[in-house]
Amino acid sequence: MFTAFLIKYAEIGVKGRNRYMFEDALVDQIRFALEKVEGEFKIRKTQGRIYVDAVSEFDFDETVEALKKVFGISGICPMIYVEDEGFEKLSGTIVDYIGKVYPEKNKTFKVFARRARKNYPMSSMEINCELGGVILDAYPEMKVDVHNPEIELSVEIREKIYIYSETIPGPGGMPVGTGGKAMLLLSGGIDSPVAGYMISKRGVKLEATYFHAPPYTSERAKQKVVDLAKYVSAYAGPMNLHVINFTDIQLAIYEKCPHDELTIIMRRYMMRIAEMIARETGCLGLVTGESIGQVASQTMQSLISTNEVCELPVYRPLIAFDKQDIVDISEKINTYETSIQPFEDCCTIFVAKHPVTKPNVNVIRGHEKNLEDVIDGLVQTALDTREIIEIK
Amino acid sequence: MEIYLDNSATTRAQSEVVELVSRVMYEDYGNSSSMHLKGVEAEKYIKKSKETIAKILKVQEKEIFYTSGGTESDNWALMGAASANSRAGRHLITTKIEHPAVIQTMEYLESIGYEVTYLSVDKQGIIRLEELERAIRPDTILVSIMHVNNEVGAVQPIEEAGVLIKKINPKTLFHVDAVQSFGKYRILPKKSNIDMLSVSGHKIHGPKGTGFLYIDEHVKIKPIVFGGGQQKGMRSGTENVPGIAGIGKACELIYRDLAKDVENLYRLKRHFTDGVLQISNVKVNGPLYEDGAPHIVSVSFAGVRSEVLLHALEDRGVYVSAGSACASNKHTVSATLAGMGVAQDMLDSTIRFSFSIFTTREELDYTLRCLNEILPMLRKYTRH
Repeated sequence: MFTAFLIKYAEIGVKGRNRYMFEDALVDQIRFALEKVEGEFKIRKTQGRIYVDAVSEFDFDETVEALKKVFGISGICPMIYVEDEGFEKLSGTIVDYIGKVYPEKNKTFKVFARRARKNYPMSSMEINCELGGVILDAYPEMKVDVHNPEIELSVEIREKIYIYSETIPGPGGMPVGTGGKAMLLLSGGIDSPVAGYMISKRGVKLEATYFHAPPYTSERAKQKVVDLAKYVSAYAGPMNLHVINFTDIQLAIYEKCPHDELTIIMRRYMMRIAEMIARETGCLGLVTGESIGQVASQTMQSLISTNEVCELPVYRPLIAFDKQDIVDISEKINTYETSIQPFEDCCTIFVAKHPVTKPNVNVIRGHEKNLEDVIDGLVQTALDTREIIEIK
Repeated sequence: MEIYLDNSATTRAQSEVVELVSRVMYEDYGNSSSMHLKGVEAEKYIKKSKETIAKILKVQEKEIFYTSGGTESDNWALMGAASANSRAGRHLITTKIEHPAVIQTMEYLESIGYEVTYLSVDKQGIIRLEELERAIRPDTILVSIMHVNNEVGAVQPIEEAGVLIKKINPKTLFHVDAVQSFGKYRILPKKSNIDMLSVSGHKIHGPKGTGFLYIDEHVKIKPIVFGGGQQKGMRSGTENVPGIAGIGKACELIYRDLAKDVENLYRLKRHFTDGVLQISNVKVNGPLYEDGAPHIVSVSFAGVRSEVLLHALEDRGVYVSAGSACASNKHTVSATLAGMGVAQDMLDSTIRFSFSIFTTREELDYTLRCLNEILPMLRKYTRH
């Protein structure tokens, strides 16, 4: 029965003179999200409101699910429009609406009328009282409660009359694109997709980098990362996935550096390369799925070592999260099942039995010097030969 | 370049098979159960295919039942015979190196009250007849032994086993999983005391999703798929007419020049095995040369993880499979290799090369060259 949605947004309402930018970004993201939904929609921005009008048959549940993934939306109100054909007709519509939306009638309610069109013959207060009476007549089990009603029935008199009463919670956050862009280091694991999801909730658009190490990692491992990027893009919008062939760099490190420092040195090069692509693509920071102490390369000492090679800020939204909390989010955003597929990723392939957990930055820097002759060329080749996959 | 050496996993279809399947799907697409002409025409393909298969096995046409493939054939043979003969006994015998389609079904039967004896194998992956002899009891209702092992190509003494089984307990049924051997050997169930035989279409250049189970007319067996009563009520479901036509054609073609094809496969196998044995620190698993199946060579490359070698070969266009799958958070060791006593560090280093009628000597030479290039590099970088 619903034919439209009123989109409520919270934080962006307070952004002063930048407000239109935030609203435009939100409209863009809604449009992107609804592209994949069965049905045609028109998105309208009027008088500080965003409306999604269905202009064809559409799948209600699918539409709501898509809107629930658009950051910046705080609430989704399914709505109907009627023409203003007099108060009698409106009363009938209201009775019909309550009848259909609330099969269980033993509820308290209030009518909340607003007139954007001031030439309507009744005042807001009069509309509230009259419609309240109509509802009570039709459904005697219902009771009025003006302070804490279970149902707040909004009736807005505009060029048409808008009727709605339910608010489905949205994801909150800020519309993607309003917070700049960041480079996500995406592995095949559980954490990095969650980190991408979380940072994009703050309005940040994403690029992603994946380090591929054929033949040590398989085509399936890469496909897994592409799949994960798709799940993240359901929230974060379209993104480019940069696939770096990391094999030769890894082998050089293996050959020339102490084996218990392999992971740390490898991660330092990952950060360096990700930063280079970040700068090239206009990103303002890096995003990783690191969490203190989770593995040897994520102790605070190790983080100093991997952090110091970048000038751009490194955002780590999961830094203080327990694994289970991360898993819970990954299940919510549908990445968990994909993340746990058992393919080797490039971090596990050469991992030492006992990697250093408290690396000394000076020692690491010293050992990295062993790579001096070859590394710049290898890094440049890796950048030049990268594959860019459009995720949308 | 594409060099496909994973023919024990599946094979490329023969073009004649593809043409026939496509014609049936496009023109003679009737349901063989329909009473009209379209149905009758479809039925002719089933009849034709059955004739071909029955002639190859020298059995009666009514003893051939079409299935969706090797897995269903194995499941049906075991489940169907176990439930139909449970009054005679609840003991079954198989080997430790069977395909999961047999092992998993046996484990299910154990969970519902049957008893299963799993025969071990020697270093070559072959069962010991004395052990089989000792295992057969008055209440043994079925023995299931694969003909050719899919991982190392070990050939089981099917003939001798059949004689032995029937000598000790004539009532014991003998099922043979011939998925890897059909199309490589002449198999005559009636002469070899085989009561049931599982075959898959896509291993012999036929379509996937096709197979059959030969069931001797005297075997007591129940269906496991119920429905519209097709195939005399033994295996319901609208007949996969294009697939059935396709597997029939594939059988015809694979047996047309069998002796010549097999001789050629053995020549290729010898050539390849000799080439592999030139490489340092390798071990060929299972019986060598003519002692094993003509199309499978299993090799362990010390110090190299099979998954990595597989992908390195893939990079050069050579497709093979890993003897046992190993990944960082999941470790599945091959029961066959472990059962043969292959050393722990070699288990993760095993690659299976499997050939078909399409395989050429040039392809194998190229593959050997690739191995000689790749191995020194991979052996330089090992996990420690």
